[in-house]
Amino acid sequence: MQQYIALIQAYTALGIGIIIGLGAIGACIGIGIMGSKFLESAARQPELMPRLQGSMFLLAGLIDAAFLIGVAIAMFFAFANPLLARLAG
Amino acid sequence: MLMAGTSSSEFIPHHLQHLRYDVVAGEWAHATDGIVNFHLINVDTMVMGLLMGLLFFTLFYSAARKATAGVPGKFQAFIEIVVEFIDNRVKEVFHGDRRFLAPLALTIFCWVVLMNAMDLLPIDVPGMVAGAAGAEHFRVLPTADINTTFAMSLTVLVLVLFFAVKAKGLGGFGHELVTAPFGAHPALWIPNFALNVVELLAKPVSLAMRLFGNMYAGELVFMLIALLGFAATGSFASGGVGSGIAFLFGQVAMALAWGGFHIIIILLQGFIFMVLTVVYISMGQEGH
Repeated sequence: MQQYIALIQAYTALGIGIIIGLGAIGACIGIGIMGSKFLESAARQPELMPRLQGSMFLLAGLIDAAFLIGVAIAMFFAFANPLLARLAG
Repeated sequence: MLMAGTSSSEFIPHHLQHLRYDVVAGEWAHATDGIVNFHLINVDTMVMGLLMGLLFFTLFYSAARKATAGVPGKFQAFIEIVVEFIDNRVKEVFHGDRRFLAPLALTIFCWVVLMNAMDLLPIDVPGMVAGAAGAEHFRVLPTADINTTFAMSLTVLVLVLFFAVKAKGLGGFGHELVTAPFGAHPALWIPNFALNVVELLAKPVSLAMRLFGNMYAGELVFMLIALLGFAATGSFASGGVGSGIAFLFGQVAMALAWGGFHIIIILLQGFIFMVLTVVYISMGQEGH
């Protein structure tokens, strides 16, 4: 039994790491591309900056969302692992 | 409610438990059996959600009742700023009669922001207050409950369908459902329909998961920061005054930093939910 628990915990920990890590890579690339484009366009047309800033924050929230959903699911598995609960029940 | 002597490994699972009432059995539920159980009602979510809705209504109602055409007071000016801000956003996205859509957007934005803002309460205070009233658990953040977010996003889906049918008629909507992206050839009806159904269902799922994921993750980070407090008491107990003070300082600094960042997320997620609702409704109305 102990071995099974350890096995599930080990794989879950790996999964959590992969979820958060890959999600962070994606979100960072996305934010980076968007930020650089925003700065480029702000330098080209400074008068558009307020409007661009609004949509930049909106998109930052959208880009972050998938990553944060991943973090939430990963944290759920870290603290209330349903796979482990199944073993106990 | 945080008992004296709760260990750090129990702290987070304890704080992730909802105050649940079993409607069928007619008693408070203690253990959570399975992920989906429709007998249970999350009482804390319902109470906090309704309270925040009531707060929004009273604030805006009293502002509207006391509004003057002359020099507005600070309170009225604030409410006016919010209303105008939302109205302008809706105007940008939606072209047409917005007598229904602008108030809907205002309600969604303010309600979601108020509910999200509950995350900024000190993590143990709501539990202590509820514990004094005899509740075993109390999660104060309604939007970190997937039931709330899905309830809101499914309501949005109903509105999208309603407005689409209202604008195009039942026949027009049905016609678009089977012919829209690819064409009207009968062989394309099934792929068209499948694609449209996926598109329709993806909207509420992404809306709900986005808000839920953000708030759940934010709540958990606050809990993880709170664990530093356990480390501090552990250090003090074993005589390490220096490391205890370092842990305490770290807890305060990290809570401040994350709290500051989280204020942006709170407003941003309310704003995104509102904008996407308006976008979806106007997309459904305009058609292909």
